[in-house]
Amino acid sequence: MNFYPEFEVVRNDSRCIRCRVCERQCANEVHWFDADGKVMLSDESKCVNCQRCVTLCPTRALKIVKSDCRLRENANYSDQTIKEIYRQAETGGVLLSSMGNPNPLPVYWDKILINASQVTNPPIDPLREPMETRVFLGKKPDHITRNPDGSLDTTLSPQLSLSMPVMFSAMSYGSISYNAHASLARAATELGICYNTGEGGLHEDFYKYGKNTIVQVASGRFGVHKDYLEAGAAIEIKMGQGAKPGIGGHLPGTKAVGDVAKTRMIPEGSDAISPAPHHDIYSIEDLRQLVYSLKEATEYRLPVIVKVAAVHNIAAIASGIARSGADIIAIDGFRGGTGAAPTRIRDNVGIPIELALAAVDQRLRDEGIRNNVSIICGGSVRSAADVVKAIALGADACYIATAACLAMGCHLCRSCHTGKCNWGIATQRPDLVKRLNPDIGSQRLVNLMTAWRHEIKELMGGMGINSIESLRGNRLMLRGVGLTEKELQILGISHAGE
Amino acid sequence: MELNVSTLGFSEVNEQMRQTADQEITLNGCIGQRFLAAGTSGKYVKINGIAGNALGAYLNGTVIETSGNAQDAVGDTMNAGEIIVHGNIGDAAGYAMRGGKIFVQGNAGYRAGIHMKAYKEKVPVMVIGGRTGSFLAEYQAGGIIIVLGLTESGKPIVSNFPCTGMHGGKLYLRSDCEGIHFPHQVHKRKATAEDLAEIRSFVEEFCEHFGGSADEILNAEFTVVMPDSGNPYKQMYVAN
Repeated sequence: MNFYPEFEVVRNDSRCIRCRVCERQCANEVHWFDADGKVMLSDESKCVNCQRCVTLCPTRALKIVKSDCRLRENANYSDQTIKEIYRQAETGGVLLSSMGNPNPLPVYWDKILINASQVTNPPIDPLREPMETRVFLGKKPDHITRNPDGSLDTTLSPQLSLSMPVMFSAMSYGSISYNAHASLARAATELGICYNTGEGGLHEDFYKYGKNTIVQVASGRFGVHKDYLEAGAAIEIKMGQGAKPGIGGHLPGTKAVGDVAKTRMIPEGSDAISPAPHHDIYSIEDLRQLVYSLKEATEYRLPVIVKVAAVHNIAAIASGIARSGADIIAIDGFRGGTGAAPTRIRDNVGIPIELALAAVDQRLRDEGIRNNVSIICGGSVRSAADVVKAIALGADACYIATAACLAMGCHLCRSCHTGKCNWGIATQRPDLVKRLNPDIGSQRLVNLMTAWRHEIKELMGGMGINSIESLRGNRLMLRGVGLTEKELQILGISHAGE
Repeated sequence: MELNVSTLGFSEVNEQMRQTADQEITLNGCIGQRFLAAGTSGKYVKINGIAGNALGAYLNGTVIETSGNAQDAVGDTMNAGEIIVHGNIGDAAGYAMRGGKIFVQGNAGYRAGIHMKAYKEKVPVMVIGGRTGSFLAEYQAGGIIIVLGLTESGKPIVSNFPCTGMHGGKLYLRSDCEGIHFPHQVHKRKATAEDLAEIRSFVEEFCEHFGGSADEILNAEFTVVMPDSGNPYKQMYVAN
């Protein structure tokens, strides 16, 4: 069924100089030049509103607007809902979407406010006083042990050292481009943090960034071998992802080309399928087995992270993981991004990270096992303020991916699954990949993180806190606004005014 | 190096194997220690007794030979080397195996060869002398799995649901596979002389390890199963 396009291309003909940049830049082939009439024409039905043409038009002759040609208004059956039904009626297909859940579900970060010192407890100025943002992720000892000669036993479980409590979250080589991975790897190295390979293996060019790399092992085990495991600073077992809890990954064959296929070790053009479960993990005991097989293979030198999606029973699951031998738990909330996920799963499965994080931190404290593991919080951490709130709710560090993509040029058009990313990020087409210059991409990521680090210091200083460690789990620094008793109870915070 | 491991835990055994410069290692009295020789390369490890779960996980070139059975996840994600089991093995053998060879004299449990993969000349091979449990070659993405059905069990060569989600690689079953149900996205046919020529060297290796004649083994009806297309799920989705 044909329906009127979602977006309209508005071209100001008096400004258009027929340079045809828009035509060359649009991988969706929206624009073309009509030589007879000497005008630029467009097929809006192909437009995904990625803003590439708008941004590059030298005379600002273009804008993309939401079409006002809508179906009859209906608060129950929205335009989107109806068109999804049309699409499925036409194809019989499962709806596939990209990036995080766009629906207006509660964002608890925005209902939490941060404290500051006034009069009785002086704030600290980060411009003149040292502020510690370094964190170490891994098991921490519960008590002091001494050697037979009385000296302190200083052996520690392996730790991941980060200059600030933010890392770039898993995005596989395949779902994103070589240049995007290069940008992330270089920025992480310069910043003294880590990026994450995702489940597609590690391109041989990037082994040199290993000290700032987390290598992921997912159910498809793509690109997993001894050298890969040893290349990184930590190993992450991916059990689940916030955008699609309970299902596996699926890289379409169109993206499994060239070095992507080689790195994953699958034939070119073949779909890369990660099964929903790890087929050797049906229990915490089985998880423990994978954790220890990885530790044995790498001689106990690297911390092992277990990444799970935030789901209803997350506190109990995290308790199990904390007893599995894992060093770090990464929890991914339901607004986390993805390169492709079934729409219904992305938009309806999982729980908000804020509630999951608070519940997990509390549960591990109650059970006396909080020091067994560090906690990483991911799934739509959008700003330094979100980071500070996450730390105060109990996280040791945060994962960001959507924000990192935005820094590299993403315009959040949510079309990654098409493989035609005009910004050179979520694509494998060489002509598109080269649009992302890793020199610029990495610099922009460094800029973003540097800015956040300053903001984190200012927010901490305002609270009179000079070390991130003193902020972790410090929920007295948070207050809720417009939250119910139950929400406040789960978050473990008081209402503003209390 | 010869080591009695009957009172040692897996981490001690692996640590001692890492420490020795000896290439040949014999472990006696093995009683189900896990992760033996995980990630190792360049050694020959003879295991007397029963090897525990994840024997030779991430194996990177070492050759492992066991005198008895091995448990679950033999050769999990192995990259290179060989595992030879003089007995039966448990579930999920060769999970995501990407290189090297596994030879099993007896039977395999559930999900053997799940998500095996291959790239160009790097092709993993698993040869099972007996029969396998359900879900053989599930999600298989590459490599060669050969099941010979040499054990006289009276049961079919593979139990239920073989090849679910298979999207690459090649499965050989020494059977006409009458009555065995395969999913719609795979193609089953009688093996040709060329097909059998492709696996002759692996069957010969099998016979070197466990005895028997490759000619006799190959002089039987084999069924070959391969996926119809590399993109079995493409039609399932519509861009939203």
